[in-house]
Amino acid sequence: MIVGNLKPLEEIVASIADYKNIFVLGCGGCVSVCLTGGDRQAHELATDLNHIRHYKAGKPKFNVHTVERQCEPDWLNTYLTIPENTDAVLTLACGAGVQTMASIFDSLPVIPAINTTFMGSNVEPGVWQEMCQGCGDCMLGVTGGICPIARCAKTLFNGPCGGSSNGSCEVDQKIPCAWAMIYYKLKKTNQLHYLMKVREPKNWQPAGGAGPRKLVRPFNKPL
Amino acid sequence: MSELKSGSNLEKILNAGHFAFTGECGPPKGANVDHLNEKLSHLVGVVDAVNMTDNQTAVVRMSSIAGSVLMMEKGLEPNFQMVCRDRNRLAMMSDILGAYAMGIRNMLCLSGDHQGFGNHPEAKGVYDIDSMQLIAMVKKMRDEGKFMNGEDIDGPPKLFIGAAANPFADPYEYRVFRLAKKIKAGVDFVQTQCIFNMEKFRDFMKQAVDMGLHQKCYILAGVTPMKSAGMANFMSKFVPGMDIPEPLIKRLRGVAKKDQSEEGIKFSLEQIEEFKEMEGVAGVHLMAIEWEHRVPEIAERANVLPRPVVD
Ligand code: SF4
Ligand code: SF4
Repeated sequence: MIVGNLKPLEEIVASIADYKNIFVLGCGGCVSVCLTGGDRQAHELATDLNHIRHYKAGKPKFNVHTVERQCEPDWLNTYLTIPENTDAVLTLACGAGVQTMASIFDSLPVIPAINTTFMGSNVEPGVWQEMCQGCGDCMLGVTGGICPIARCAKTLFNGPCGGSSNGSCEVDQKIPCAWAMIYYKLKKTNQLHYLMKVREPKNWQPAGGAGPRKLVRPFNKPL
Repeated sequence: MSELKSGSNLEKILNAGHFAFTGECGPPKGANVDHLNEKLSHLVGVVDAVNMTDNQTAVVRMSSIAGSVLMMEKGLEPNFQMVCRDRNRLAMMSDILGAYAMGIRNMLCLSGDHQGFGNHPEAKGVYDIDSMQLIAMVKKMRDEGKFMNGEDIDGPPKLFIGAAANPFADPYEYRVFRLAKKIKAGVDFVQTQCIFNMEKFRDFMKQAVDMGLHQKCYILAGVTPMKSAGMANFMSKFVPGMDIPEPLIKRLRGVAKKDQSEEGIKFSLEQIEEFKEMEGVAGVHLMAIEWEHRVPEIAERANVLPRPVVD
């Protein structure tokens, strides 16, 4: 899923300071699952923002609402009505959701309330771990299902660097070394030969090196 | 003796079967050439080549190409270092051509310490290619006369290709295979991480020799003289990939503070004696960090002087 983190309250306050009627919009997708931008967090944020001490020139009014998925134009076009006097939208969606909102409601300022951080998974209660950088040419099949692009601090392709120590990355003892994990996993699955091969330099074009990426898929005919 | 790939002094010495002795020098943190020249002056005639580091520990310094060229003006042979952290493949290839055109003949291909360690931790690390791929790229440029994309090079760079090997990083059982992989990628010589754990290094070399790696690539053992017990302690705690056994720290602590540097040098000299005899070790790479002025004395006491001259 896409994981995000709420921006510092002072930053959010500063970004809405010019507006009187603010529509706080949560998203029921990924950011709801990672407990950052769902309906509950949208209400909590509005409560936190609703203190006069934050504002020099009077407190704005907040309207709170959540849509199922802000990254889907259909949901926004069909199901979302914005209260009439709204002069800015503060959204708790990921960057994709914020941009979809901004393009559909193009006469309103749309302000992000969260920092979109990574694509990851919920590895233990309350902990999300970065797993993928969407490189467009997945190599997990030869790396034991552990991504060296997202999880090795140097995005290495040919095994652990000289800083790998006791299973940790040289960058931080609390970060596991991706290549040490890959080694032990491939050993377990009897695939260590994958690690003996010199991997060719990566083509970064599908990773975004050729400019913004787009996926075009012909519509499926109804079954 | 085999045909020379680069004709560098280091290559000639190793190719002739001499025990090589290389040094290291960091470029100045500025454009202070006098400071660099002062450090280099201690190394003239004492080592076969000198590594010129490339923004080591991710701290900005004068470029390693410029440092290498300045070194040549002093009559020393550079071993030009390049890390994958700061350049993409285009910048790398153009710098390799530039370095060669300026007269550089040895090159060390490294991943590089992560930018988070350095003085600009906010920087974006490049890591377009890794050290393995860098080795293969330089080899292709030299032997096939081709850029990475296959286009012809007008005047290929004939470089002696080096890399680092760290027997002390993890997973230990993979380390010798990583060296084998670097050889497969095209490395001619490796310099190891500073060795302090001799037991582990003996075991590593035995594995390398059993696999015949010493016949495909020259292995230079990394030696760093400890200046004090404090330095040993600091390195063991804060420098990634360092393996400093407790008995060595104890040994340094066991002598008076003013004698600790002498004790550190003594340990290095014992190591060098053992490396001269150790199967598969082709030389020593002395990393006397900010201690260049002690290198002549260490070389003298290690009985590696005068340095051989090979035509
Ligand atoms: S290899 Fe690429 S696509 Fe696969 S997990 Fe890693 S970043 Fe994602
Ligand atoms: S220690 Fe491991 S994860 Fe960290 S940069 Fe080196 S190989 Fe990558």
